[in-house]
Amino acid sequence: MAYEAFHVLESTAVPLPIENVDTDQIIPARFLKATERIGFGENLFRDWRYHQDDTPKKDFILNNPTYRGKILVGGKNFGSGSSREHAAWAIYDYGFRCVVSSFFADIFKNNAMNIGILPIVVSPEFLSAIFSAIESSPQTRFKIDLPNQIFTILDSNQSQSFDINSYKKNNLLNGFDDIDFLVDKREEIVNFAFDRPF
Amino acid sequence: MGKTLFDKVWDSHVVDSISDGPDILFIDRHLVHEVTSPVAFLNLKRKGVQVLYPNKTFATADHNTPTINQHLPVQEKQSAMQLKMLEENARTHGIPYWGLGHRKNGIVHVIGPENGITLPGATIVCGDSHTSTHGAFGAVAFGIGTSEVEMVLATQSILQPKPKKMRIHVHGELPPSVLAKDVALYIISQITTSGATGHFVEYTGDVFKNLTMEGRMTVCNLSIEMGARGGMMAPDEKTFQYIKHREYTPYGEDWHRAMEYWQTLYTDHDAVFDREINLYAEDIEPMVTYGTNPGMGIGISKTIPKASEVCGSQQAFKKSLDYMGYQEGEPMLGKKIDYVFLGSCTNGRIEDFRAFANVVKGKKKSEDVHVWLVPGSHHVLTQIKSEGIFQNLIDSGFEVREPGCSACLAMNDDKIPAGKYAVSTSNRNFEGRQGPGARTILASPIVAAAAAVTGRVTDPRTLN
Ligand code: SF4
Repeated sequence: MAYEAFHVLESTAVPLPIENVDTDQIIPARFLKATERIGFGENLFRDWRYHQDDTPKKDFILNNPTYRGKILVGGKNFGSGSSREHAAWAIYDYGFRCVVSSFFADIFKNNAMNIGILPIVVSPEFLSAIFSAIESSPQTRFKIDLPNQIFTILDSNQSQSFDINSYKKNNLLNGFDDIDFLVDKREEIVNFAFDRPF
Repeated sequence: MGKTLFDKVWDSHVVDSISDGPDILFIDRHLVHEVTSPVAFLNLKRKGVQVLYPNKTFATADHNTPTINQHLPVQEKQSAMQLKMLEENARTHGIPYWGLGHRKNGIVHVIGPENGITLPGATIVCGDSHTSTHGAFGAVAFGIGTSEVEMVLATQSILQPKPKKMRIHVHGELPPSVLAKDVALYIISQITTSGATGHFVEYTGDVFKNLTMEGRMTVCNLSIEMGARGGMMAPDEKTFQYIKHREYTPYGEDWHRAMEYWQTLYTDHDAVFDREINLYAEDIEPMVTYGTNPGMGIGISKTIPKASEVCGSQQAFKKSLDYMGYQEGEPMLGKKIDYVFLGSCTNGRIEDFRAFANVVKGKKKSEDVHVWLVPGSHHVLTQIKSEGIFQNLIDSGFEVREPGCSACLAMNDDKIPAGKYAVSTSNRNFEGRQGPGARTILASPIVAAAAAVTGRVTDPRTLN
């Protein structure tokens, strides 16, 4: 599924300073029953966001109108657990384009990039600086410059560069997906497959 | 410089490498189920792309299926819809589909090995993180997301950066009553749930060599819970004996040809790993978890650590204990249990049922606990019946259900109610994993058995 190309993003951010946020929390299994990719944003962090009677939990960050933005800032080891891409869909469909953490689980990171979310790894110290900046002012703006691979806390002008391989970067900058790339390689793949032992 | 087992398998599947980008990795075997495939098939349809090699993909129904009355139509509408779509998609593309009631039906990671789909030296993927299970055969096997399922259907390949390599060596010999599950939970408790992130693990040492294939699968299954991309073990005579004569295993000339390749699958003595971990079997006892991630495990006789003793965030640790309704410093032994779940791709194989049955034999199910015994596949269910384990279990007051993922992720009706405690042989104790508000204690089949007859967390070594 094509997504919007990603260049430079300036936005406020939503802080979620919790470690080991697993994909079962991002989207609980009972919401994986759809046969199309629709409505996942509504159930993002469902059980942290709503009581069992579906009333919002007041103290959860997404229910606090003070915090808004296209950037989600998570604690260490974000996205661990289940490989469900639905977790990345839920984050994207809710309106986030970028997730920042000091450490991501592998599958989540792949899934995120495959659907047009930019996962940015910053140092643990820089992550703390981001959390403090939001804490002192929820209106703090951040700038993500993908072409130059720089993440900046605009109010304080602190910045850090981030890594991304040039293939994935190019995909995000252009809104390309891997499938089109691979489909173009089918002939090469078929030749390769010809002599497999099984 | 020599190559590791992982290098050998990975490198021989690289169709091409993109500079400063991922490898194009050829996939030998692809497993699909009803939950993570519908959107992939839908996208193929929209693009008008056909499945490239339908005979390299295998489909089963497991994640949201009921574990009773499987002969009746599935009641829950959305689940029924997902099953119907999978069946249709499989038919449209000519993919073998083993739906509910089919003799080959079962949990995707249980049926792969049973049918000879899982082979040494193969690359195997599935839209499920516990695909790491198949690494027990010396395969490079890992979980993928739905976009990647689509890639594999369309091109039998995937774009992946090559992970780093890690070796986990466990020295010595396991004490009695310590099972494969305990070894894995112990490793995770030592290195944490992110300890192997970015890496592919190879398990080495006599402990793993001496495990049965079922035990090896349990260990590799839990690799993902250390954060690893996957885990694997070098194939040996035990592996070859296991796969021989299974339905999809190569035979005749093809077997010999494959065997030539399989015999090269070991880590060269001068190969280098990015990380090495050494652990000692004598330090391992039956394990239980007390918190809300699989790294929060302790020996069953130990006490829950104090917040001040753990590394990582104290706040997260306290939040986790709050969820569980436990206090720091408390013993786990004697804690009351409401539910016991034996099953999942971690511990739903015949050996797990044998171990459970052996402990409960001659005893009665505790009246205070609900017990769900869910075989990983029809094949396992048939084995349970033919080995007479079934009768033993019935005599002790247990019932055996029909196969599926069941309470491992509680997408069907098998949900642990909010606030209740379950000793579970599955793989994740995340908040709400087994139902909203459910509290999960991960353990081996024999710790589960001891809980099933006593209604409490009980050391199977002291049960008489
Ligand atoms: S048993 Fe659990 S972990 Fe295994 S495939 Fe099913 S849902 Fe995934």
